[in-house]
Amino acid sequence: MKRLFCILICLTFASQVIAVEPDEILSDPILEERAREISAGVRCVVCQNEPIDTSNASVAKDLRLLVRERLVAGDTNAEVEAFLVARYGEYVLFRPPFRAATYALWLAPALIFFIGLLAVIRVVRRPSSAPKVDALSPAEMERLSEIMQSKGEKNP
Amino acid sequence: MIRALAFLPVVVALGLGAFMLWGLTGDRDPSEIPSALMGQAVPAFELVGIEGMDGPGLSSSDITSASQPVVVNIFASWCAPCRQEHPLLETVAAIPGVSVFGINYRNEAFPARRWLGEMGNPFERIGADLDGRVSIEWGVTGVPETFVINGDGLIVYRHTGSLAEPGAFDMLKDAIAAAGAT
Repeated sequence: MKRLFCILICLTFASQVIAVEPDEILSDPILEERAREISAGVRCVVCQNEPIDTSNASVAKDLRLLVRERLVAGDTNAEVEAFLVARYGEYVLFRPPFRAATYALWLAPALIFFIGLLAVIRVVRRPSSAPKVDALSPAEMERLSEIMQSKGEKNP
Repeated sequence: MIRALAFLPVVVALGLGAFMLWGLTGDRDPSEIPSALMGQAVPAFELVGIEGMDGPGLSSSDITSASQPVVVNIFASWCAPCRQEHPLLETVAAIPGVSVFGINYRNEAFPARRWLGEMGNPFERIGADLDGRVSIEWGVTGVPETFVINGDGLIVYRHTGSLAEPGAFDMLKDAIAAAGAT
Protein backbone atom coordinates (compact mmCIF):
# COMPACT_ATOMS: atom_id res chain seq x y z
CA MET A 1 0.00 0.00 0.00
CA LYS A 2 2.78 2.34 0.99
CA ARG A 3 4.72 1.45 -2.13
CA LEU A 4 1.66 2.04 -4.32
CA PHE A 5 1.24 5.42 -2.67
CA CYS A 6 4.87 6.28 -3.42
CA ILE A 7 4.46 5.30 -7.06
CA LEU A 8 1.28 7.37 -7.33
CA ILE A 9 3.03 10.40 -5.87
CA CYS A 10 5.94 9.96 -8.25
CA LEU A 11 3.55 9.69 -11.18
CA THR A 12 1.76 12.85 -10.08
CA PHE A 13 4.97 14.78 -10.31
CA ALA A 14 6.05 12.96 -13.46
CA SER A 15 3.34 14.75 -15.41
CA GLN A 16 4.75 18.02 -14.16
CA VAL A 17 8.12 17.30 -15.71
CA ILE A 18 9.01 20.32 -17.74
CA ALA A 19 9.37 20.41 -21.47
CA VAL A 20 12.44 22.63 -21.27
CA GLU A 21 15.16 20.95 -23.26
CA PRO A 22 18.79 20.89 -22.07
CA ASP A 23 20.01 23.17 -24.85
CA GLU A 24 17.44 25.81 -23.87
CA ILE A 25 18.62 26.13 -20.26
CA LEU A 26 20.63 29.24 -19.51
CA SER A 27 24.03 28.90 -17.85
CA ASP A 28 23.12 31.61 -15.33
CA PRO A 29 20.96 29.86 -12.70
CA ILE A 30 19.34 33.12 -11.54
CA LEU A 31 18.24 34.06 -15.06
CA GLU A 32 17.11 30.48 -15.68
CA GLU A 33 15.05 30.62 -12.48
CA ARG A 34 13.41 33.84 -13.68
CA ALA A 35 12.80 32.33 -17.12
CA ARG A 36 11.04 29.36 -15.50
CA GLU A 37 9.01 31.68 -13.33
CA ILE A 38 7.84 33.71 -16.34
CA SER A 39 7.16 30.74 -18.59
CA ALA A 40 5.04 29.05 -15.92
CA GLY A 41 2.63 31.99 -16.23
CA VAL A 42 2.58 32.24 -20.02
CA ARG A 43 -0.10 30.40 -21.93
CA CYS A 44 0.94 28.17 -24.80
CA VAL A 45 -1.05 29.68 -27.65
CA VAL A 46 -1.51 26.31 -29.36
CA CYS A 47 -2.51 24.12 -26.41
CA GLN A 48 -4.20 27.07 -24.65
CA ASN A 49 -4.56 25.57 -21.18
CA GLU A 50 -0.94 24.64 -20.68
CA PRO A 51 1.90 26.99 -19.79
CA ILE A 52 4.77 27.20 -22.27
CA ASP A 53 6.96 25.79 -19.52
CA THR A 54 5.40 22.33 -19.85
CA SER A 55 4.29 22.38 -23.47
CA ASN A 56 6.03 20.46 -26.22
CA ALA A 57 4.52 22.55 -29.02
CA SER A 58 7.08 24.19 -31.28
CA VAL A 59 5.59 27.65 -30.70
CA ALA A 60 5.99 27.08 -26.96
CA LYS A 61 9.62 26.17 -27.48
CA ASP A 62 10.13 29.31 -29.58
CA LEU A 63 8.52 31.40 -26.85
CA ARG A 64 10.66 29.80 -24.14
CA LEU A 65 13.76 30.66 -26.12
CA LEU A 66 12.45 34.16 -26.70
CA VAL A 67 11.82 34.68 -22.97
CA ARG A 68 15.40 33.60 -22.22
CA GLU A 69 16.77 35.79 -24.98
CA ARG A 70 14.96 38.84 -23.58
CA LEU A 71 16.23 38.09 -20.07
CA VAL A 72 19.81 37.77 -21.29
CA ALA A 73 19.36 41.08 -23.10
CA GLY A 74 18.58 42.60 -19.68
CA ASP A 75 14.77 42.83 -19.67
CA THR A 76 12.91 42.72 -16.36
CA ASN A 77 10.23 40.05 -15.88
CA ALA A 78 7.55 42.68 -16.45
CA GLU A 79 9.20 43.81 -19.68
CA VAL A 80 9.31 40.25 -20.99
CA GLU A 81 5.62 39.82 -20.20
CA ALA A 82 4.81 43.16 -21.87
CA PHE A 83 6.73 42.00 -24.94
CA LEU A 84 4.58 38.87 -25.19
CA VAL A 85 1.35 40.75 -24.45
CA ALA A 86 2.12 43.19 -27.29
CA ARG A 87 2.10 40.25 -29.71
CA TYR A 88 -0.43 37.84 -28.29
CA GLY A 89 -2.60 40.04 -26.07
CA GLU A 90 -3.31 39.68 -22.36
CA TYR A 91 -4.80 36.32 -23.21
CA VAL A 92 -1.25 34.96 -23.19
CA LEU A 93 -0.93 35.55 -19.42
CA PHE A 94 -2.56 33.10 -17.03
CA ARG A 95 -2.89 35.87 -14.42
CA PRO A 96 -4.87 38.71 -15.97
CA PRO A 97 -3.69 42.15 -14.79
CA PHE A 98 -5.79 44.01 -12.20
CA ARG A 99 -7.45 46.89 -14.03
CA ALA A 100 -10.91 48.32 -14.76
CA ALA A 101 -11.89 45.57 -17.24
CA THR A 102 -10.94 42.79 -14.82
CA TYR A 103 -12.28 44.22 -11.52
CA ALA A 104 -15.28 41.90 -11.68
CA LEU A 105 -13.02 38.91 -12.25
CA TRP A 106 -10.73 39.70 -9.32
CA LEU A 107 -13.24 41.09 -6.84
CA ALA A 108 -16.27 38.85 -7.43
CA PRO A 109 -14.95 35.90 -5.36
CA ALA A 110 -14.30 38.15 -2.33
CA LEU A 111 -17.71 39.80 -2.77
CA ILE A 112 -19.49 36.46 -2.98
CA PHE A 113 -17.57 35.24 0.08
CA PHE A 114 -18.69 38.25 2.13
CA ILE A 115 -22.31 37.88 1.02
CA GLY A 116 -22.13 34.26 2.16
CA LEU A 117 -20.48 35.26 5.42
CA LEU A 118 -23.21 37.83 6.13
CA ALA A 119 -25.87 35.22 5.41
CA VAL A 120 -24.24 32.75 7.81
CA ILE A 121 -23.93 35.41 10.53
CA ARG A 122 -27.58 36.33 10.17
CA VAL A 123 -28.68 32.71 10.43
CA VAL A 124 -26.48 32.02 13.45
CA ARG A 125 -27.55 35.12 15.35
CA ARG A 126 -31.25 34.85 14.55
CA PRO A 127 -33.25 34.33 17.83
CA SER A 128 -34.33 30.71 18.19
CA SER A 129 -37.90 30.00 17.11
CA ALA A 130 -38.35 27.25 19.78
CA PRO A 131 -40.91 28.20 22.51
CA LYS A 132 -39.33 29.80 25.56
CA VAL A 133 -39.44 27.86 28.83
CA ASP A 134 -39.90 29.95 31.98
CA ALA A 135 -37.97 29.15 35.13
CA LEU A 136 -39.80 27.10 37.79
CA SER A 137 -41.89 29.05 40.25
CA PRO A 138 -41.17 28.59 44.03
CA ALA A 139 -44.25 26.38 44.36
CA GLU A 140 -43.06 24.12 41.57
CA MET A 141 -39.57 23.94 43.12
CA GLU A 142 -41.11 22.76 46.38
CA ARG A 143 -43.18 20.13 44.61
CA LEU A 144 -40.12 18.92 42.71
CA SER A 145 -38.04 18.44 45.86
CA GLU A 146 -40.97 16.57 47.41
CA ILE A 147 -41.05 14.18 44.47
CA MET A 148 -37.30 13.67 44.59
CA GLN A 149 -37.39 12.93 48.30
CA SER A 150 -40.31 10.53 48.08
CA LYS A 151 -38.48 8.65 45.30
CA GLY A 152 -35.38 8.37 47.52
CA GLU A 153 -37.49 6.81 50.31
CA LYS A 154 -39.08 4.25 48.07
CA ASN A 155 -35.82 3.05 46.46
CA PRO A 156 -33.06 3.19 49.06
CA MET B 1 -43.48 37.36 0.48
CA ILE B 2 -41.83 34.14 1.73
CA ARG B 3 -43.72 32.16 -0.91
CA ALA B 4 -42.35 34.46 -3.62
CA LEU B 5 -38.82 33.95 -2.28
CA ALA B 6 -39.12 30.21 -2.94
CA PHE B 7 -38.98 30.98 -6.67
CA LEU B 8 -35.74 32.91 -6.30
CA PRO B 9 -33.39 29.94 -7.02
CA VAL B 10 -35.34 29.12 -10.20
CA VAL B 11 -35.14 32.74 -11.35
CA VAL B 12 -31.39 32.87 -10.60
CA ALA B 13 -30.77 29.56 -12.41
CA LEU B 14 -32.75 30.67 -15.47
CA GLY B 15 -30.92 34.01 -15.50
CA LEU B 16 -27.53 32.32 -15.36
CA GLY B 17 -28.58 29.86 -18.06
CA ALA B 18 -29.73 32.67 -20.34
CA PHE B 19 -26.45 34.52 -19.80
CA MET B 20 -24.39 31.44 -20.64
CA LEU B 21 -26.52 30.70 -23.70
CA TRP B 22 -25.91 34.29 -24.83
CA GLY B 23 -22.18 33.71 -24.36
CA LEU B 24 -22.21 30.63 -26.59
CA THR B 25 -24.25 32.03 -29.46
CA GLY B 26 -23.71 34.71 -32.05
CA ASP B 27 -20.19 35.86 -32.74
CA ARG B 28 -19.03 35.21 -29.19
CA ASP B 29 -16.95 32.08 -29.73
CA PRO B 30 -15.34 31.28 -26.35
CA SER B 31 -12.54 29.32 -28.02
CA GLU B 32 -11.57 32.23 -30.23
CA ILE B 33 -8.21 33.74 -29.41
CA PRO B 34 -8.34 37.53 -29.40
CA SER B 35 -5.72 39.16 -31.56
CA ALA B 36 -3.54 41.88 -30.11
CA LEU B 37 -2.46 43.08 -33.54
CA MET B 38 -5.83 44.19 -34.88
CA GLY B 39 -5.62 47.81 -36.01
CA GLN B 40 -1.88 47.83 -35.36
CA ALA B 41 0.91 48.50 -37.81
CA VAL B 42 2.68 45.59 -39.43
CA PRO B 43 5.52 44.37 -37.18
CA ALA B 44 9.03 45.16 -38.40
CA PHE B 45 10.76 42.18 -39.96
CA GLU B 46 12.94 41.16 -42.85
CA LEU B 47 13.06 37.70 -44.38
CA VAL B 48 15.03 36.25 -47.24
CA GLY B 49 13.26 34.21 -49.89
CA ILE B 50 13.05 30.43 -49.97
CA GLU B 51 16.48 29.09 -50.86
CA GLY B 52 16.69 28.04 -54.49
CA MET B 53 13.62 29.99 -55.59
CA ASP B 54 13.72 32.99 -57.92
CA GLY B 55 11.14 35.03 -55.99
CA PRO B 56 12.19 37.91 -53.73
CA GLY B 57 12.12 37.77 -49.93
CA LEU B 58 9.63 39.64 -47.80
CA SER B 59 10.07 42.52 -45.38
CA SER B 60 7.65 44.83 -43.59
CA SER B 61 8.49 47.68 -45.99
CA ASP B 62 7.18 45.56 -48.91
CA ILE B 63 3.84 45.46 -47.13
CA THR B 64 3.67 49.05 -45.90
CA SER B 65 4.85 50.57 -49.17
CA ALA B 66 1.96 48.97 -51.06
CA SER B 67 -0.92 51.40 -51.49
CA GLN B 68 -3.38 48.58 -52.08
CA PRO B 69 -4.63 45.94 -49.65
CA VAL B 70 -2.18 43.14 -48.94
CA VAL B 71 -3.02 39.60 -47.87
CA VAL B 72 -0.29 37.89 -45.86
CA ASN B 73 -0.63 34.14 -45.53
CA ILE B 74 1.50 32.08 -43.18
CA PHE B 75 1.91 28.57 -44.49
CA ALA B 76 4.07 25.47 -44.44
CA SER B 77 4.31 22.46 -46.71
CA TRP B 78 3.80 20.14 -43.72
CA CYS B 79 0.48 21.73 -42.84
CA ALA B 80 -2.61 19.91 -44.09
CA PRO B 81 -5.11 22.81 -43.77
CA CYS B 82 -2.66 24.90 -45.86
CA ARG B 83 -3.05 22.43 -48.68
CA GLN B 84 -6.81 22.62 -48.28
CA GLU B 85 -6.96 26.43 -48.50
CA HIS B 86 -4.34 26.80 -51.23
CA PRO B 87 -6.74 27.06 -54.19
CA LEU B 88 -8.58 29.84 -52.36
CA LEU B 89 -5.36 31.84 -52.07
CA GLU B 90 -4.97 31.56 -55.82
CA THR B 91 -8.50 32.96 -56.15
CA VAL B 92 -7.50 35.87 -53.89
CA ALA B 93 -4.35 36.47 -55.94
CA ALA B 94 -6.54 36.81 -59.02
CA ILE B 95 -8.57 39.66 -57.47
CA PRO B 96 -7.36 42.88 -59.11
CA GLY B 97 -5.72 45.38 -56.77
CA VAL B 98 -4.69 42.85 -54.12
CA SER B 99 -1.17 41.62 -53.38
CA VAL B 100 -0.74 38.21 -51.79
CA PHE B 101 2.46 37.67 -49.82
CA GLY B 102 3.53 34.53 -48.02
CA ILE B 103 5.52 33.71 -44.92
CA ASN B 104 6.84 30.18 -45.06
CA TYR B 105 6.74 29.01 -41.45
CA ARG B 106 9.41 26.60 -40.16
CA ASN B 107 9.83 24.92 -43.48
CA GLU B 108 12.92 23.58 -45.15
CA ALA B 109 13.61 24.93 -48.62
CA PHE B 110 13.28 21.67 -50.52
CA PRO B 111 9.80 20.58 -49.37
CA ALA B 112 8.60 24.19 -49.62
CA ARG B 113 9.81 24.49 -53.22
CA ARG B 114 8.34 21.13 -54.16
CA TRP B 115 5.01 22.01 -52.55
CA LEU B 116 4.75 25.33 -54.40
CA GLY B 117 5.78 23.63 -57.66
CA GLU B 118 3.10 21.03 -57.22
CA MET B 119 0.26 23.24 -55.91
CA GLY B 120 1.03 26.46 -57.77
CA ASN B 121 2.46 29.65 -56.33
CA PRO B 122 -0.05 32.43 -55.59
CA PHE B 123 2.50 34.56 -53.72
CA GLU B 124 4.15 37.65 -55.18
CA ARG B 125 6.76 37.48 -52.47
CA ILE B 126 7.63 34.79 -49.94
CA GLY B 127 9.74 35.18 -46.81
CA ALA B 128 11.27 32.06 -45.31
CA ASP B 129 10.74 32.14 -41.54
CA LEU B 130 13.02 29.25 -40.71
CA ASP B 131 13.09 29.60 -36.93
CA GLY B 132 9.53 30.91 -36.52
CA ARG B 133 10.73 34.13 -34.90
CA VAL B 134 9.03 36.52 -37.34
CA SER B 135 5.78 34.60 -36.98
CA ILE B 136 5.92 35.31 -33.23
CA GLU B 137 6.11 39.01 -34.12
CA TRP B 138 2.83 38.47 -35.97
CA GLY B 139 1.32 36.74 -32.93
CA VAL B 140 0.93 33.53 -34.90
CA THR B 141 -0.48 30.58 -32.95
CA GLY B 142 -0.25 28.02 -35.73
CA VAL B 143 -0.40 27.63 -39.47
CA PRO B 144 -2.23 28.58 -41.56
CA GLU B 145 -3.03 32.15 -40.62
CA THR B 146 -4.14 34.91 -42.93
CA PHE B 147 -3.90 38.65 -42.36
CA VAL B 148 -5.34 41.53 -44.35
CA ILE B 149 -3.38 44.80 -44.30
CA ASN B 150 -4.97 47.96 -45.64
CA GLY B 151 -3.31 50.63 -47.78
CA ASP B 152 -2.16 52.47 -44.63
CA GLY B 153 -0.16 49.46 -43.50
CA LEU B 154 -2.54 48.57 -40.64
CA ILE B 155 -3.64 45.02 -39.90
CA VAL B 156 -7.42 45.01 -40.34
CA TYR B 157 -8.32 41.34 -40.41
CA ARG B 158 -6.95 38.06 -39.20
CA HIS B 159 -8.08 34.50 -39.72
CA THR B 160 -6.56 31.57 -37.86
CA GLY B 161 -6.92 28.21 -39.53
CA SER B 162 -7.95 27.17 -43.00
CA LEU B 163 -9.78 29.60 -45.26
CA ALA B 164 -11.75 26.59 -46.46
CA GLU B 165 -13.68 26.58 -43.18
CA PRO B 166 -17.36 27.48 -43.66
CA GLY B 167 -17.79 31.22 -44.08
CA ALA B 168 -14.09 32.02 -43.69
CA PHE B 169 -13.46 32.85 -47.32
CA ASP B 170 -16.46 35.18 -47.56
CA MET B 171 -15.27 37.02 -44.45
CA LEU B 172 -11.79 37.35 -45.96
CA LYS B 173 -13.23 38.73 -49.21
CA ASP B 174 -15.35 41.20 -47.24
CA ALA B 175 -12.27 42.28 -45.28
CA ILE B 176 -10.29 42.76 -48.49
CA ALA B 177 -13.12 44.80 -50.00
CA ALA B 178 -13.35 46.94 -46.85
CA ALA B 179 -9.57 47.43 -46.81
CA GLY B 180 -9.63 48.47 -50.46
CA ALA B 181 -12.37 51.02 -49.82
CA THR B 182 -10.40 52.96 -47.21
